Amino acid sequence: MINIFVDNKRHEVDEGKNLLEVCLSLGYDLPYFCWHPALGSVGACRQCAVKKYKDADDQEGKLSMACMEPVVDNLRVSIADPEAVLFRKTVVEWLMTNHPHDCAVCDEGGECHLQDMTVMTGHNYRRFNFNKRTFENQYLGPFINHEMNRCIQCYRCVRFYKDHAGGKDLDAFASSNHVYFGRAKDGVLENEFSGNLVEICPTGVFTDKTFKKHYTRKWDLTTAPSICEHCSVGCNTIVGERYGSIRRVLSRYNSEVNGYFLCDKGRFGYEYNSDPLRINNPSIKTNEGTYNAISTDEAVQKAAEIISNSNRVIGIGSPRASLEANHALKRLVEVENYYSGIDRKQHGMIKRMQHILSNYAVSTPTLAEISECDAVIILGEDLTNTAPMMALAVRQAVRQKPKEKAKEVNIPAWQDAAVRELIQDENGPLYIAAPFATKLEDISTGNHYADPKQIAALAFSIAHILDEDAPKISTDDDLQTLATEIAQVLKEAKNPLIISGSSCAEPLLIEAASNLAQACYKQNSDTKLSFVVPECNSMGQVMMEDKFLDEIVDSHDKIDTLILLENDLFLRKDRKTIENFLSKAQHVIVLDHLENTTTKMATLLLSSCTTAESQGTYINQEGRAQRFYQVFKPEEEKMESWRWLGLIQKAVKSDPHITVNYETLLTDMVSSYPQFEEINHLAPPPGFRIAGQKIARESHRYSGRTAMHANESISESKPNEDPDSPFSFTMEGYHGKPPAPINPSFWSPGWNSVQSINKYQIEIGGPLHGGDPGIRLIESKNGNTSQYYNDGINEKINQKSRTTIVPKHHIFGSGELSKRSRGIAELSPEPYFGISKEDADRLNVNEGESIKIQVNGSSFIQKIKIVDNLPAGLLAIPVELEEFSSISGDEEVDITKAEP
Amino acid sequence: MNKPLTQHIKSDGRALSLKEYEKTGGYQAVRKALKMNPEEVTEIVKASNLNGRGGAGFNTGAKWSFVPMGDDAPKQKYMVANADEMEPGTFKDRLLLEGNPHQLIEGMILGAYAIQASVAYIFLRWAYKTAAGAIQLAIKEAYEAGYLGEGILGSKFNLNLHLHTSVGRYMCGEETGLLNALEGKRAQPRAKPPFPQISGLFGKPTIVNNIETLSCVPHIINNGAKWFKDLSYTEGEGGTKLYGVSGRVNNPGLWELPLGTTMREIIDEHAGGMKNGYQFKGALPGGASTDFLVTDHYDIKLDYSSTSKAGSRLGTGTIIILDDQTCPVGLLHNLEHFFAQESCGWCTPCREGLPWTAKILKAIEEGNGREEDLELLDMHTRFLGPGNTFCALAPGAMEPLQSALKYFRADFEKHIVEKRCPWR
Repeated sequence: MINIFVDNKRHEVDEGKNLLEVCLSLGYDLPYFCWHPALGSVGACRQCAVKKYKDADDQEGKLSMACMEPVVDNLRVSIADPEAVLFRKTVVEWLMTNHPHDCAVCDEGGECHLQDMTVMTGHNYRRFNFNKRTFENQYLGPFINHEMNRCIQCYRCVRFYKDHAGGKDLDAFASSNHVYFGRAKDGVLENEFSGNLVEICPTGVFTDKTFKKHYTRKWDLTTAPSICEHCSVGCNTIVGERYGSIRRVLSRYNSEVNGYFLCDKGRFGYEYNSDPLRINNPSIKTNEGTYNAISTDEAVQKAAEIISNSNRVIGIGSPRASLEANHALKRLVEVENYYSGIDRKQHGMIKRMQHILSNYAVSTPTLAEISECDAVIILGEDLTNTAPMMALAVRQAVRQKPKEKAKEVNIPAWQDAAVRELIQDENGPLYIAAPFATKLEDISTGNHYADPKQIAALAFSIAHILDEDAPKISTDDDLQTLATEIAQVLKEAKNPLIISGSSCAEPLLIEAASNLAQACYKQNSDTKLSFVVPECNSMGQVMMEDKFLDEIVDSHDKIDTLILLENDLFLRKDRKTIENFLSKAQHVIVLDHLENTTTKMATLLLSSCTTAESQGTYINQEGRAQRFYQVFKPEEEKMESWRWLGLIQKAVKSDPHITVNYETLLTDMVSSYPQFEEINHLAPPPGFRIAGQKIARESHRYSGRTAMHANESISESKPNEDPDSPFSFTMEGYHGKPPAPINPSFWSPGWNSVQSINKYQIEIGGPLHGGDPGIRLIESKNGNTSQYYNDGINEKINQKSRTTIVPKHHIFGSGELSKRSRGIAELSPEPYFGISKEDADRLNVNEGESIKIQVNGSSFIQKIKIVDNLPAGLLAIPVELEEFSSISGDEEVDITKAEP
Repeated sequence: MNKPLTQHIKSDGRALSLKEYEKTGGYQAVRKALKMNPEEVTEIVKASNLNGRGGAGFNTGAKWSFVPMGDDAPKQKYMVANADEMEPGTFKDRLLLEGNPHQLIEGMILGAYAIQASVAYIFLRWAYKTAAGAIQLAIKEAYEAGYLGEGILGSKFNLNLHLHTSVGRYMCGEETGLLNALEGKRAQPRAKPPFPQISGLFGKPTIVNNIETLSCVPHIINNGAKWFKDLSYTEGEGGTKLYGVSGRVNNPGLWELPLGTTMREIIDEHAGGMKNGYQFKGALPGGASTDFLVTDHYDIKLDYSSTSKAGSRLGTGTIIILDDQTCPVGLLHNLEHFFAQESCGWCTPCREGLPWTAKILKAIEEGNGREEDLELLDMHTRFLGPGNTFCALAPGAMEPLQSALKYFRADFEKHIVEKRCPWR
């Protein structure tokens, strides 16, 4: 710790930081633009000027930019110095010379960092009496709106987009006061993290185009903390609603998970909430096969009646439903009649991952820890498409090793431009073994394209080189050479990381990744292992239940009633199998929120709430339990799945004393599974109050509440109550800073933009006050380091099939919910079969022509796409783009050219 | 009088061939230096008091001495010659580039040897087409003669020299902006520290020197530090200086004179004095980004220390004269328009402040000035000062403006009061 003096007040601070972040951490309001905690300092905007003094005797001082000033012992600065104050005011005056006076019609208004800084610096009177420069705007795709006239040239957009996220198609053009930020020509922004421009831009240049379609001011949104439901990473989000529809998603800062950012799937995938095929009310199938809408009470009664009259009721849960909903179903149908809703293979893989992560010594990293690793081996995952934010973390990780050089020449890590100039394009070791070219290749050291079994072979070989006790497998020389190279890299690394997952649908890969991580751990106990799983609650679902879908689908037992929870079974198994299975049951009760193939088979359809409309817990790929809250209460006909199931159970038992509420359900759930005990401490209970108040979901500036329904009734209706959470649905309640897990928005006096996050952190860029939300339920065990998988691995690797199917994930397109969002649908590829150039030549088909595949007695015809670097003999099938995506990888496949 | 830099330049201005250059003693300094330690070369240059001729005036040898040397130093280092001569009124390097490119190349070999750089670049202004041809040819000759390439003159020292023709922005003349441009990036300046000597071109230790500076080096090595120091009239500063004069004088041009020659001598003797009917009103002594000197300063020595004492800078040593028939506001508008246009757009004060000052000056010149405009101009001269902006471009741009507001304020006021330009 060192001492610095700010306006003669002494502060003890950590060395090695810059003065701006230190001042902000200390609570000073020092304005800035070009600096961002995740991007570091470049000194461009000159907004954070302070007076710096040589020593205690220096009365004159000199202006200095706080963001570029390293804090050293006895540093003396003044924020309040009149010249510094005037200079900061003048910087805003300069920026305002060309900034339009369109706050009233600007989407950023009310949450604009430029507005905040303008007020903070005190600039109000315009002395510039010339014309403003103007620009033309560009079409940037379905997600981002472009309004260049508002630009204040802080350069944060290109620094995020290019330097942080690896984008190539956004740049700064021209010079002087007409520097332009955009693409070389109009077109969809190519980078999967483009949505962060909305939050990175300090003003209204890049705004959320999906939000614009149903725009609402920040202060008029009802918001609640939520968790992204679109992949297994579990990014924290703030979801906003008005007039009963979800309006937008923002990143909710969590230093261990997503930090300041989100991927575009997470940010723009919310539009499915307003899909025209939302199931808005419960309905019952008539004998004619049509559906009749019924009330929720009738639906509950009907379900109870069906269940009471059934001998055997089977419940099938879902990895995209909350733990609570799954548990409610399990409770209703009894433990022995409940199945996880995940297929055998996937279930087995996830189970194995959990075994590895909780019984061995290698631990699984947070996303923040991933960004700190200095050597990364990816086995079979196309991260940009399967766990996008993990890909973003890997982009930061490859800079770790080269960044060491900056330390050697005394360039502080936060001096971003200088660090980048020093290390240039150099990247630390990243090896990717995948069936095809992946998007991280622009930063990789080496790539290995192979079928998933051969990828496993590579990992087994590296493991054996690192530790002779690890099983040896027979491989060819090329693979051995690569394995030797990677082994050497792992030996030299300080923080090596192995990433694998279930995306290739190859269980052997999990074993191989484990062997590699264990062998590496023997050399270096800082080794980390991360697994990607398919869905937001895949981990939680497998932690909760051992019985998987195939066990019931393949059984010949008689089923009277099937209850399906938020699960489109047609995405799990092939059509015939599921049709046969569903036809076995007399009653099929389906709870879901979007129409899909399964809901069309329901005899009783119950309208569920989406993630944003529900409260619950998901467990992410690292085993972190995270709570999400209902943003708003949808119309009466829709209920959370757990509530439906609770009410049905109450009706079945016809016991008026049963209470159906969240707290009772949670208590029951936690007491049912010892592995969930910690969930009790995840977030404050529903009864939590601050100064006797609930936490308000609406801001204290929320407007129009007496007018918004005046067209229906002049008297304001009674607000909804929320007995299930510590939140109120209205602006009545606490507006300060609640505990992080129940923080519905970021705001602080004078800080209306997302930059107000500064005020919620213990120190800038660090954990939130009271700790980041989320609790790890899976932790590694010390000791036991050398448990190697050894059973028949050689035979499994050498098992040859004529054609191996490899799933190909698409960030936009794979994901049954996100692809129902309009913007994402626009960017989803057309269905295709991916084959290698070699196979295309052999079959004599060109891109755009079709092939026919025969599998399991069914045949499918589809256009082909040649997939870069896909080895011959592999067939890449886009996940969830068509029904054939449910074909498992193990079947024999015949491919022929389809006649036109 | 000793004129080491220009004495051999031919009257037709055509470049000396390798043979012609060798006849004048060319490349003897390289032969001599290769027998010395690199550090010794640096020491001699340091002792010679050769100050950077690009405008900043920093001791060249001292600059070189910050480059990490020895076995632990990075293997790759670079020597870069800044031939992006774009300072308004400045045309001194052009003479050396066109007339004697081998002298520059020899200086670069010596500098590269001193810092042990194996790759060197000449970063040339796009418009200097004649110079480009001459340099290209000279580089070819030097390679063929074994002065460049692997194992120079049988030593273990290697140097590969490349000519890079820039597309041309004023910013490229700023040494770190130049490095970014050379890397193929936007010509934005870089923060210092780290200095280019530590992290320069492609993140490697790099020296960027001006053409005139580098052209002095062979003569220093050949004749010694003391000889070079003695060339100067001024104690503590070494060498001759290329002085230029533009404006309404009888004989505008460029002359190599001892450093510390007075402004009076340069204007009255070498430039032939003011043209008939024109009075000297003021002068920018070292290019557009230096403060005005006025009649009171007519007798000062144009060296680094005296010019600085008089409130200006020697800069590039090329004088722009303001006469009594020319409107100072118009001159300033022209200059500030140039600087505003050449701002790279990186930092706010420069990007937004310079266009604002140019607009105000235009308004005043056109008779649309307002009383508060002078206050705004004053504010800009203060807040666009050194340290407040990211690099030296805007502070340089403010030097002629702040001094014009000091010496010619009445002229500005007259414009505003009369709502017209008194010179029109």
